[in-house]
Amino acid sequence: MGFVQTIGRLALTFLRTTGRLGLFTASAFAHCVRPPFYWRIILKQMIDIGYFSLPVVGLTAIFAGMVLALQSYTGFARFSAEGAIANVVVVSLTRELGPVLAGLMVAGRIGASLAAEIGTMRVTEQIDALTTLSTNPMSYLVAPRLIAGLLMFPPLVLVADIIGVFGGYLVAVYKLGFNASNYLQSTWDFLEASDVYSGLVKAAVFGVIVTLMGCYHGYHSRGGAQGVGAATTNAVVSACILILAFDYVLTEMFFTR
Amino acid sequence: MTASTPKIRIRDLHRSFGPKRVLAGLDLDLEVGESLVVIGGSGSGKSVLTKCILGLLPIDGGRIEIDGESMVNIRVEERERINRKIGMLFQGAALFDSLPVWENVSFGLLAQKKVNRKEAREVAVGKLAQVGLGTDVADLYPAELSGGMQKRVALARAIAGDPEIIFFDEPTTGLDPIMADVINDLIIKITREVGATALSITHDMASARKIADRIAMLYEGRIIWTGPTAEIDRSGNDHVDQFIHGRAEGPIKMAMRA
Repeated sequence: MGFVQTIGRLALTFLRTTGRLGLFTASAFAHCVRPPFYWRIILKQMIDIGYFSLPVVGLTAIFAGMVLALQSYTGFARFSAEGAIANVVVVSLTRELGPVLAGLMVAGRIGASLAAEIGTMRVTEQIDALTTLSTNPMSYLVAPRLIAGLLMFPPLVLVADIIGVFGGYLVAVYKLGFNASNYLQSTWDFLEASDVYSGLVKAAVFGVIVTLMGCYHGYHSRGGAQGVGAATTNAVVSACILILAFDYVLTEMFFTR
Repeated sequence: MTASTPKIRIRDLHRSFGPKRVLAGLDLDLEVGESLVVIGGSGSGKSVLTKCILGLLPIDGGRIEIDGESMVNIRVEERERINRKIGMLFQGAALFDSLPVWENVSFGLLAQKKVNRKEAREVAVGKLAQVGLGTDVADLYPAELSGGMQKRVALARAIAGDPEIIFFDEPTTGLDPIMADVINDLIIKITREVGATALSITHDMASARKIADRIAMLYEGRIIWTGPTAEIDRSGNDHVDQFIHGRAEGPIKMAMRA
């Protein structure tokens, strides 16, 4: 009986959380297209999410590109296909590694920060104070962050793609002895516009996921410092899982037709 | 609104959290220009009462009216319009960490686009002066202020929109006795200057005696006694007597575990 009760309780919790997240998401999107718009906050969040995430995303991308070149070389050497390194690096980065790695890194940086900030505002009654000052917290707190995530992830991933390809170029040319112009030509020839576009669409979706999870968990945090800590953890973990799940769904949509 | 309509009218208010009934058929009227203090023990539902009136918590049943207008089941826009009549001083001040003091004070005015940023700053400096803070404080951030100064800034924010009703949630909690008295004096001065109706909740009897025209005691989800401040020592109610004298023995049994 206890086992059945546990299953039932888990099912109810899952349904309640899904419903609450669905309503929160609908409300958040509605406030993105409905005035008032807080331009100063949107701009500040765009700088925070886009500009200040550049170092961590850039470092991740350059090492990913370097490792990818090295691994491809040692793997492809077994059947004398070393020449395909440039192609593998550019396609892997633009389609997959650029958006996914940037998404995961920014989930750690921005998702945690949003959850902690909004969670602290919740437990210190700052969100209640917004309401009493006739300001809708969804408009003021959530919508600007969602818009900033949606707008800034694609350019961030584009920069990550370029830096990642540059990382692969460094290893290929300076360590593995490839000809520089041949490597670049091969990269350019093999790259298709759809590789880049699909990566940028993924980036926009991941941007929404990261900011939405940060805001959702922060907004519903309870119980002081411990609650804010739990909200931060949940924001990062749920954003990372959703990024990987949506990555599969989007890949299926783009490349299996 | 007629001359006899109370500023705030609450009838048969119910609110529970799971099996725990916090408000159980509460009735309360607040007349225009009156300063009412609701007293009650920790966990008696004082904060829940103010949050229900402000629409921060949904209610399970009953009626809440402000100036004769229902506050229950109304549209968000309608709620925001009525909230513009209201100022609120939160227990922990609830200042926005990311904004300087002057933007905190004039937040409501800026959000409602009543003034531009230059005018908002001037209004904020004026309101800060009303609570005894100088211009030098305007550009500081809340984290740079002491607890007493934060309360004053929160008070300045509560009166920035010249509200008709001001709520004070435990205004003196966490302050030393002298600063608590300073805040009490400010509350009296400011509610008179603004001409506002005031609803305060506290368990600090010194504060209640000082700022209240009338005191109401909340116990087990209902108002069990209400009367002029001068009569609280002659209330004839054992619960009130025990509470105001701070006695462990009496009809009020404090829960020793949650």
